[in-house]
Order: sequence, then structure tokens, then C-alpha cells
Amino acid sequence: MREDQLHEPDQALHVEDLTVSYGDTPALWDIDLDIPPGVMCAIIGPNGAGKSTLIKAALGLVRPVAGHVRFLGRPVAQMRGQIGYVPQRHSVDWDFPTNARDVVEMGLYRSLGWFRRPGRDARARALAALAEVGMQDYADRQISQLSGGQQQRVFLARALVQDAPILILDEPMAGVDAATEAVIIALLKRLRDAGRTVIVVHHDLTTVQSYFDWMVMLNIRIIAQGPVRETYTPENLRAAYGRHLALIADPAGAAP
Amino acid sequence: MGLASSAIVQTVLLGAALLGAISGMLGAFAVLRRQSLLGDALSHAALPGVCLGFLIAGGRNLGAVMLGAFVTGALAALCMMLIIRRTQLKTDAALGIVLSVFFAVGVVLVTVIQGQGGAGSLGLMTFLFGQAAAIQPADLWIMGGVGLVALGLVLALWKEFKLVSFDPDFARAQGFRVTLLEAVLTVMVALAIVVGLQLVGVVLMVALLIAPAAAARQWTRSLGAMVGLSALIGAGAGAAGALISATTRGLATGPVVVLVATVVVILSLLLAPGRGLVWQAMAARRARARISDGRVLAALQSVARDHDDPAHRVARGVLATALGAMPAPARLAALERRGLIRTAHQPPDPSPHWELTEAGHAEARALSGAPAEPSR
Ligand SMILES: Nc1ncnc2c1ncn2[C@@H]1O[C@H](COP(=O)(O)OP(=O)(O)O)[C@@H](O)[C@H]1O
Ligand SMILES: [Mg+2]
Repeated sequence: MREDQLHEPDQALHVEDLTVSYGDTPALWDIDLDIPPGVMCAIIGPNGAGKSTLIKAALGLVRPVAGHVRFLGRPVAQMRGQIGYVPQRHSVDWDFPTNARDVVEMGLYRSLGWFRRPGRDARARALAALAEVGMQDYADRQISQLSGGQQQRVFLARALVQDAPILILDEPMAGVDAATEAVIIALLKRLRDAGRTVIVVHHDLTTVQSYFDWMVMLNIRIIAQGPVRETYTPENLRAAYGRHLALIADPAGAAP
Repeated sequence: MGLASSAIVQTVLLGAALLGAISGMLGAFAVLRRQSLLGDALSHAALPGVCLGFLIAGGRNLGAVMLGAFVTGALAALCMMLIIRRTQLKTDAALGIVLSVFFAVGVVLVTVIQGQGGAGSLGLMTFLFGQAAAIQPADLWIMGGVGLVALGLVLALWKEFKLVSFDPDFARAQGFRVTLLEAVLTVMVALAIVVGLQLVGVVLMVALLIAPAAAARQWTRSLGAMVGLSALIGAGAGAAGALISATTRGLATGPVVVLVATVVVILSLLLAPGRGLVWQAMAARRARARISDGRVLAALQSVARDHDDPAHRVARGVLATALGAMPAPARLAALERRGLIRTAHQPPDPSPHWELTEAGHAEARALSGAPAEPSR
């Protein structure tokens, strides 16, 4: 397979035979995965299921033992500018000396190229992205003085400012207030309706059906994947979460 | 002859200030990337290189010594990378191992060289704790060169360094050459350490990297301000330390520079607006002074109401949280004297709790403007 040939160009994300291991324990085992364009997809699974690892491997941040990944048919190295990434909020030190607008401008650094600094145009775009997530009044606020939900919105704005057709978010709703969750979901749905592909690592089973139309269930291996209507079933949930499911959600209420 | 006009003092002063500025600037990035320990490991790992340079050149030759220090420093960095990548050890453990092994080898070599005796062995000690007086005017050119290269790189790669320091995962996802950028930052830190060896010595060099940055972080709100102020503080500490040790017999320059920088850190931790401890204590005091009797009573009543128990005993932490600060003890004592509140204990918790008396409930209602309930 040559690098310049398209492989599975009809899938927003195509993963084949992906295996990742830290040391000698596999975090992901032989993952085959397809996410079509234009869906809003949840990646769910218990803690330590490898959800973050899947995203990092897809983005080339951790090196897989085996397997390959394609976005719209191309390797990730050719798609850098077209994938917006929102890492887990706790992956950075929020005591960094900077303000919200500056963080959002980081989403534009790539398009500026080496050596060039962000200018007036970048500032305007950053402010617009902040306004989209309802944070326009906090542009000059130190990021250490934002609440968790506000920090999450800033991270989202940094991905939005890129205007990318594919968005990947790692637990954007973890530890945020209800208002922020509503803002984020409304925004993501709008993006999906505009034709973007939105992939979200999600931890709250109770909201999967109302938020998403596509889902991937993961527990080191793939448990199930497909449209939420067909995939959110008691059997699949039990297979992914095991005996602990009763603590998390009521599978009897799942699937019509 | 005036002090400042002495050529030696001028050279030392300029060298110390230059070194402080360089390590202050680069140290800001090291601190933000949580790599202070790496600087420590690198500087300790430079010791065997210093000794090897000594042995090979057959005496105190600055070029050989700096080259040796750089080589063993780089080797140590490489070992750490390998250990972290190939084993399950965490970063701090890898740093600790490499630091102690390289430093131990260095100390052994020091003993070997001192066993040989001669004038050379005396010069070696200067690299452990630094000896500013040994600095030559020609060395200033090396420092200036390193400083200019570092400044040029930091200015040219400003946004890349900022992004890599704040969020390396995002930088990599955006396609930036993160490993290369991190390597450049690390090599520059190693260069600064090598330059600082003869002035401050391998043992204290890390303080000159960390202290100015830690102090600057307290006062600033942007990366540019932090890096700039850190360089200024470093230069100031270097110059002040050089002057103090020049005017006081028997004080080595390196430790004095580090002590000056440490004093700046302590003052910054205490006094900086917003982040300083004193500032925060004063803010808490002001908040406490704004708490009126009425608010204390209202808070106690609302907690009691939440628990559906007029005699509910409210813990200290709950009261402080409800009011945003702990009311002054004198104010609580006054309320108790007026018979509005009562101190109580809630076993097994040994700390004091407070509950409203009946009069207190009535007073709280009156203050909040609610109609008085008929007493039971
Ligand atoms: N950098 C790492 N080094 C070693 N093990 C890791 C690392 N990152 C994750 N793991 C392990 O891999 C597994 C999957 O982690 P992760 O992808 O973060 O799970 P999730 O995001 O689903 O909670 C976990 O068991 C975790 O402990
Ligand atoms: Mg995760």
C-alpha cells in the first residue's frame, strides 16, 4: 500500500489491526474501527479501557505495535491541519502564565508556519472562537483563574479556531458544570449538522443516546460499534462494563 | 583604585550578570516544562566531564573542560531518555539514578586527580563550587556568544517553544517537531550549565536556572513577561553576588549569587500581588473584616435550615466556606456574649462547632427582614 494512495477514503476514521502496548501489557488489542463522515460518535468504555490511548494512537502521539490509521483515506501526517484535537483537560498545567485568548491562538500556530508570530487576524479569529463557546468576556483572564468548565471551553475554542472538518475530543464533559455541558453539546451538534465529523470520548452512559448518533464501545478490544440505535444494547453494555454495569447505568432502559 | 574600575571585578561582574541572564531566560522554560530536576542531573553529570577534560588536557584548560562537561552532560541526557523509554521506571527515578551515578564517577575522578597532586588539582575544586576570580576576559566572549545564540533561538522559535512548554501533545497533534524542539531547549540548558560551571560550579548551577524563573512566575501574567523578568532577576542576582563577594574577603562568588537569587525567590513567594503569601493573607483579612454579625447569623441559620434542625451544630470549615472566610474569633466571642450563638462540641470531632440560640434565630430572622415566627 503506497502512502499517496487513498485507503478507505469513505471513512472519516479508519483503524485496522491497531495494537498498542505500554511495556508488556496491551492497552489496545487488535482494534478494527470505522467511523463514517458527518456523525457525532461517542467512544465509551470503563476507566483504563484505552479510550485516550486509541485517540493518541490515531493522532500519532503514541506509537502502535501494529496496525494503521487513516483519516478520510490519508495517513495522519498528511491530515494535521484538518483534525482539531481537544486533549483531556488535566493533561496540561493550568498555572501556565497566559490568558484565554493566547491559548486559543495556539490553534492557529500551525497555519502560521515556522517563525511567524500571530497578528491582528489571529487575535480576531481567537476572539470569535471564544465567543462561540460563550467565553468572550474572559479573553484576557489568566487561565489559572478560570473554572474547570471555563478551561474546557477554552480548550474547545482552541480546536474550533482551526476550522477543521474532523474534531476529536477527550472527555470534554468530565468535571464540568451543567451549563458548560449544554454549551459544548449544542455546539458539537451544530458542527455535526454542518457536516463535520465529531469524535468524543464520553464517560456518562446515561447521556449517550441523547447526545450521539454513532458509538464505539471499547474495553481494550472493540466490543461493538455502529449507530447508537443498534449498538446501545444491554448485551453490549454488559460486555463492555461487566458486572459493574448496574452501578453505572440501567441497561434495561437501553435501546427501544 | 575604585572597586568598579578594577578590571578583574568588571570581568567577574559582567560574566556573572551574563550567566544570570542566560540561565534565567532558559530556566523559565525548564521550570514551566517541569524539568528543574533535569537541569540538576545535567549539571551534576558535567563533573566527570570536567575531570576528564582535566586529565586529557593535563591541567586547567577551559576549552577541554567545557567540552568534557558538555559531552558527559549529553551522555547523561541520553541515558535518561533510554531508561525512561526502555524500562518501567518513572522520570524522577531515572533522573535520580543518572544524577548519582555520573556524580559518583566524577567524585572518584576528583580523588584520582587530587592524588596526583600538583597545581592542577587545586584548579579542579573551582569547578565544584565555582571560582569567579578565575574568569578571563576571553571567557566573556564565549558567554556572550552562547547568550546571543540562546536569545536568537528563543525569539525565532517563540511560539513553538510556548506551545511545546504548555501542551506538547497538542503540539505534536498539530504536526510540530516536538522532539526536536524539546531537544533544542534541553541542549540550550546544557550549554548554559557548561558556561556557568567555572562561575557557580556544578553543585549550585541548578539554583541559578530555577530560582530566577520561580521568582519571576510570581509577578507576571504572560510568558514574555516571565522570561524577560527571569533573565533580569538572574542578571541582577549575578551582578549583586559578584559585587558582594568582591567587597568581602573570602566569600566565593557562586554561592553568594545563589543566595541572592534565593532571597529574591523568598521575597517573591511572600510579597507578589495575587500569588504572594502575605498578599493572600491580607486578602483573607479584608474578606474577614467584611463579614458582619448579620451574615454570620444568616449563614448559621441557613445551614441549620438545610439540616431541618434549629440546634444543628455547624463545623468551623462549613462556616468558613459559607462565608468565604473565617470570621474573626473576637466577633464570634461577641455574638456568644450577646447570647445569640453557642459554642458546642460534636463528638468525636474535637474542633469547636457553633449553633444558634433561640434569640439568635430571632435576630437572624429580624435582620433578614422575614416576619417573626410565633415562638413555640
Ligand atoms: N503513558 C503510559 N504509560 C504506561 N501505561 C499507560 C500510559 N498511558 C496509559 N496507560 C495504561 O493504559 C491503559 C489505558 O489507558 P487510557 O487510554 O488512558 O484509558 P482510558 O482513557 O480509557 O481511561 C491503562 O491501564 C493505563 O494505566
Ligand atoms: Mg482517558
